[in-house]
Amino acid sequence: MSDMMQERSQNQPPDATAATARNRRPRWMRRLLRHPNVVFGSLIFLGLLLVALFADTLSTHKPTRLFPANRLTAPSVQNYLGTDEFGRDVYSLVLHGSRVSLIVGGVTMLLTSLGGVVIGLAAGYSRRLDPVIMRFMDGLMAFPAILLAIALMAARGPGVWNVIVALSIVYMPRTAMLIRSTVLSLRELDYVQAARALGRRDLTLAYRHILPNCMGPLLVQGTFIFAYAVLAEAILGFLGVGVPPYVPSWGNVIASGKNTIREAYWVSFFPGAALTLAGLSLNLLGDGLRDTLDPRLRVQ
Amino acid sequence: MARYLTHRLLALLPVMAVVVTIVFLLIHLIPGDPVSVMLGPDATEVQIEATRRAMGLDRPIHEQLLLFYSRILRGDLGQSYFLDRPVTTALWERAEPTLVLTFSALLVAVIIGVPSGILAGAYRGSLWDRTLMTGALMGVCIPGFWLSLNFIYLFAVQLGWLPAAGYTSLFVDPMATLRHMVLPAVSLGFNQSALIARIARSCMLEVLQQDYIRTARAKGLSQQAVVYEHAFRNAMVPVTTVIGITMAILIGGAVVTEIVFNIPGLGRLIISAILRRDYPVVQGVVLVTAAAYVLINLVVDMVYAFIDPRIRYE
Repeated sequence: MSDMMQERSQNQPPDATAATARNRRPRWMRRLLRHPNVVFGSLIFLGLLLVALFADTLSTHKPTRLFPANRLTAPSVQNYLGTDEFGRDVYSLVLHGSRVSLIVGGVTMLLTSLGGVVIGLAAGYSRRLDPVIMRFMDGLMAFPAILLAIALMAARGPGVWNVIVALSIVYMPRTAMLIRSTVLSLRELDYVQAARALGRRDLTLAYRHILPNCMGPLLVQGTFIFAYAVLAEAILGFLGVGVPPYVPSWGNVIASGKNTIREAYWVSFFPGAALTLAGLSLNLLGDGLRDTLDPRLRVQ
Repeated sequence: MARYLTHRLLALLPVMAVVVTIVFLLIHLIPGDPVSVMLGPDATEVQIEATRRAMGLDRPIHEQLLLFYSRILRGDLGQSYFLDRPVTTALWERAEPTLVLTFSALLVAVIIGVPSGILAGAYRGSLWDRTLMTGALMGVCIPGFWLSLNFIYLFAVQLGWLPAAGYTSLFVDPMATLRHMVLPAVSLGFNQSALIARIARSCMLEVLQQDYIRTARAKGLSQQAVVYEHAFRNAMVPVTTVIGITMAILIGGAVVTEIVFNIPGLGRLIISAILRRDYPVVQGVVLVTAAAYVLINLVVDMVYAFIDPRIRYE
């Protein structure tokens, strides 16, 4: 006990330093930490992340183990959230399902941001490339998002990586268009013109002066794309064209619950509730980030 | 207006050209040989060769693309291998349930979304505002297909009020259509009503800050007169656009809802076509929905330009 106290007092900086540390935090960070949506959203998201990381420890059963004798049992002490039509433990399935959702959501967010930045910068910078790129993006945006994803999955077949690629293709144009419009408005600003007059090359200009100013909108957009991708992954799994049926994912479990909805509501109910929670956390986070980082987009 | 319309129609051509090209490329994204994938492991070399020639897949890719364009322009979407009929016929047979579902869901979304948004905006910060906006946030987060399953469990399995699945044609028994449509339309429309409510609220807030609203208040008009006679109509202008976008999103959502409720529409057609590797049907459904999406957006822009003349001169 006393050791702990000592340790804490050593780690704790004196009040004055703490105050300056707080002041040194950038204003946007202080604003973020004060925004209830951001705090609440991040807490739920952090919880999901921990669940995904420690799914093996937290599970009571092996999620892929079939136990037909124990099929469709109601929630109980043995199976907290009941079992599905193959006797798999729904609680363990839901815990492990978070992995697929977070991986698909996170990697899709990264790929769309990366691709969107490259395409958006190219379009915003090059007057020759712009019309070609933008017509192609218009074409991609002309498909209902989920249908294009279904069609791409139809061609490539089931698989986690295929889902990620399909969703990245579907959502990339939104990020690309956002970056392009940001670049178009930024490049006319005085400070960019000044840097150009100083002889900075295009690439340096883009990297040093334009890109940092795109980060706010990019982060906001990325959070929403994360949310879309988690939902879209579940929809693809539910339709039977997402990750293979033997991989525990929320969409796959909900699909198996659809077949047994008359006897066992719990099979589809709990993974769906988890999906809703994930959507809620990302939407809260996205709304909060938008309010603090991108005042132009603020909904009053 | 005519000039604006022509301009917009011409702008559609490159978009549709890209759409057709992407749909064409879908076949070429299939790993390995698409024809052997399509015909399955039992197909003989001769069958594979014949199908390849029939689909034109033995020609160089640029020729294939030109052929595909010319076929699409003639309204020929190819032949369904499994259903044994032209894809266009298969699409026509399945269009009714999807259209009925999309329009009923749109109706639900507008009926819930517009009044909630207007009310929340008009009484900003009130209990109404907070309740409705929490509802709207949940509407955005709750996945439509999961909501459908819960509705089925509650209203069909437990209470037995409505049918759990299926569809009756509007031309056979409209009352049965209505009964079959209630659950799908509400679960599909609820998500979108949330979007409409959020936009309607922020439009309302923006309009209420305008000078003419202050003038109306200064004249001594009641809050109700200000809200319903002055603000409402102006706030509705951008909301029309959102309603149009909603309609386009609903087409995609209908696919999923049809699977949940076993409605024999375009969504079930495309999913069963994928499982049977009937790629011409997959291409057909995707192309037709994308074309519908583009056309709806055009109509929305037209309506917007009609309501708000400033758009036309930009």
